Amino acid sequence: MRATQLTEQDVWEALARVPDPEIPDISLVDLGVIKSATVEGRRVRIEFTPTFMGCPALERMRAEIAAAIEDAGGEPEIEVRLDDSWSTDKITPEGRDKLRAAGFAPPAPRPAGKLELVQLQRGFRCPYCGSTDTQLDNIFGPTPCRSIRYCNACRQPFEQFKTI
Amino acid sequence: MSERTDLLLEIADDELFLGWRDSEWTGIAPFLEEDVALSSIAQNEIGHARALYELAAAELGTTADELAFDRRPEEYRCTSLVQLRRLEWARTIARRWLYETADEIRLGALKASDDLEIAGIAAKMDREEAYHRIHAEMWVDRLLATGEGRTRLDEAVDELWPYALGVLDDELRPELRARVEARLQRTLADVEPVPRGVHEVELAELWEEMTSVRRSAPAGAGW
Repeated sequence: MRATQLTEQDVWEALARVPDPEIPDISLVDLGVIKSATVEGRRVRIEFTPTFMGCPALERMRAEIAAAIEDAGGEPEIEVRLDDSWSTDKITPEGRDKLRAAGFAPPAPRPAGKLELVQLQRGFRCPYCGSTDTQLDNIFGPTPCRSIRYCNACRQPFEQFKTI
Repeated sequence: MSERTDLLLEIADDELFLGWRDSEWTGIAPFLEEDVALSSIAQNEIGHARALYELAAAELGTTADELAFDRRPEEYRCTSLVQLRRLEWARTIARRWLYETADEIRLGALKASDDLEIAGIAAKMDREEAYHRIHAEMWVDRLLATGEGRTRLDEAVDELWPYALGVLDDELRPELRARVEARLQRTLADVEPVPRGVHEVELAELWEEMTSVRRSAPAGAGW
C-alpha cells in the first residue's frame, strides 16, 4: 500500500515508461496516444486512441497501460476512443528525435488540404546519413504506420512513419 | 435493428469482404511492393470493419467477432462489388479505385453526420483511406499511360461499373460518375446499378472459407 496519494504526474511518469510494442524506442506518451489521465483516489481513468485502426498492437497497448498503472498502485479503467483526435502531429518532439535515432524518418506534418502523391514523393531526410536525396519506394510497409523509402546517397532503405 | 446498426453493418461488411479479397494477393501479387501494399491495405480495411462491428455490437448486445463470422451468408449486407472473386490485375486495380472513390464520397457524407461517434470513426477511417486512394489513382494513371493498359482498364471499369454504382445510395451516385469520368476522360454507360442485398455466388464461397476455422472450433474456444 502506498503511503502517499497517487497523482496524475505519477501516472504520466508510469506511462512514459511503456514502450510502443512495434517501435519500442518510443513510449506511448511520446506517440501521443494517451488522451487523458484522471486520478480519483486509487482509480485511474485513461482515455487512449489507437494509431491505425487495424493495428494488431492495440490489445497489447491496452494491457501494458493497465499493468503500468497497477504497478504504480492504481486501479486502471481504460477507454479506447475511436475518434478523430489522434494524428501523427501528436507525436512529441522527443518522440520524433527517438524515431530518428531508431532509423525511422518521422512523419511530415499533416497538410492543410488533401494528401497527394506528390507530397509523399518529396525528398525526406535519411535518418542514417542526413541526405535529402531520397525517394519513395512503397507507400506501404511492414506495418500499417510505415512507408518505405530509399536513400540514393548512402544506398540504405529506410522507413518513414506515415502522416495521418 | 436500428437504421444506425444497418448502416454500420453495411459499411463493416464492405470493408471486411474487400479486405479479404485484397488479402488474396498476399504472396502472389505481380511484384513484392504490391504484395506488401495489398496486404497492408487489407489489414487497414479489416481494422475498419472491426471498429464498425464493435460500434454495432455495443448496440446489439453482441461482439464484433460474432457479427463478422457467426452470421449466415444471406445475412451479410456487403455490396456486390466486394464479393467478386479475386480478379486479374487490371480488374483488381479497377475495383480498388472504384471502391475507394465511392468510399471517399460515402465517408464525406458520414463525416458530416450528427452522430458524433459515426462522424469520428468516419474521419479516422478517411485518414487511412487517403493512402488507399493515392495507391489506386497512381495505378489507374499508370495503366492509362499505355495502350494495352488503357484497353484493359477500360474493359475492367465497364464490367464493374454497375457494381460500383451499387456501393452508394441513389443521391451519391452522380458524384461517383463525375469523378470516375473525369479521371478516365470518357463517358460511362447509363446502366442499372447492382443493388445492395444481391448475393453473388462468390459470397457463399468466400463465407465458407472465411468462417471455416471458427466453425471448426468448439464453442467457447478462445482466440
